[in-house]
Amino acid sequence: MHIMEGFLPPFWCAVWYVIAIIVVAYGLYEIKKVVDETPESKALLAVSGAFMFVISSLKLPSVTGSCSHPTGNGLGAALFGPAVTGVLATIVLIFQAILLAHGGLTTLGANCVSMGIVGPFVGWIVYKLLTKAGVPSKINIFLIAFIADIVTYIVTAIQLGLAFPEPTTMAAITKFFLIFAPTQLPLAIAEGLLTVIIWNGLMSYKPKLLNKLGAISDSELSKGE
Amino acid sequence: MKYENIILAIIVIAILVIPLAMYSGLGEDEGYFGGSDDQGSDGVSETGYEPWFNSFWEPPSGEIESLLFAVQAAIGAIIIGYFFGYWRGQGKEE
Repeated sequence: MHIMEGFLPPFWCAVWYVIAIIVVAYGLYEIKKVVDETPESKALLAVSGAFMFVISSLKLPSVTGSCSHPTGNGLGAALFGPAVTGVLATIVLIFQAILLAHGGLTTLGANCVSMGIVGPFVGWIVYKLLTKAGVPSKINIFLIAFIADIVTYIVTAIQLGLAFPEPTTMAAITKFFLIFAPTQLPLAIAEGLLTVIIWNGLMSYKPKLLNKLGAISDSELSKGE
Repeated sequence: MKYENIILAIIVIAILVIPLAMYSGLGEDEGYFGGSDDQGSDGVSETGYEPWFNSFWEPPSGEIESLLFAVQAAIGAIIIGYFFGYWRGQGKEE
């Protein structure tokens, strides 16, 4: 999902930067709020960011014969919502842009919107709806990770399609989506399963904290005890 | 379920090993196992677009790049391991 340095025209860099900055600023405010209200959540915040660090550093082979990397954005979104995930993603993306020439500073805003904001946002909506409907969190966490990963790449395709609408915007979006999607599908499943593994750990150590953050329902908490 | 995490891990490994087995013997020279990010960039270059900005710094070789990716993964893994160990030592949540 990394759009490489310089690969978006300045106008689109600016558009995505504006959106990213607004959401990340709100995310910083939300972090302050959640840490004030629930100081124990600091550790979960660190683990969510660290999980994204690990997962997004892995470039994995896929059945298409290409490599791509998962995003790791589902866990943070399930625990803290998409705005906070935007903050965590920004840290990861700056690290990769400066030290790895992976992604870039001019495209940081665009990459943050796809991996940190819109992907997690869509997954988070599904997560909240299913949690309300009483679906076990283990299934929801798989879905949020899977959806957030796939939507990240859909957004990247849209961003590239909008910037390079040849021959038409829709055709360009489709072209870029088809570059990413087949490679990403099995990797998104792998990412979902990895997120379930770390979720199982969190559920066994910190169920009450997860409940307090709204990530698991009251009935699931009482069932676990 | 007692072995759930192990089973999940095995499935993940299988998903990642299958492509290696499918394209066994083929490598970068034959166009395999390149990054989809680069293919995205190629899709942009096809339209005749020239990037207007270059990275300030790039890892000078594949070795250095893999070093930095390993550092990234290690930082994350240390933090996760630290907290999981801490929670395990704490025992059951009050």
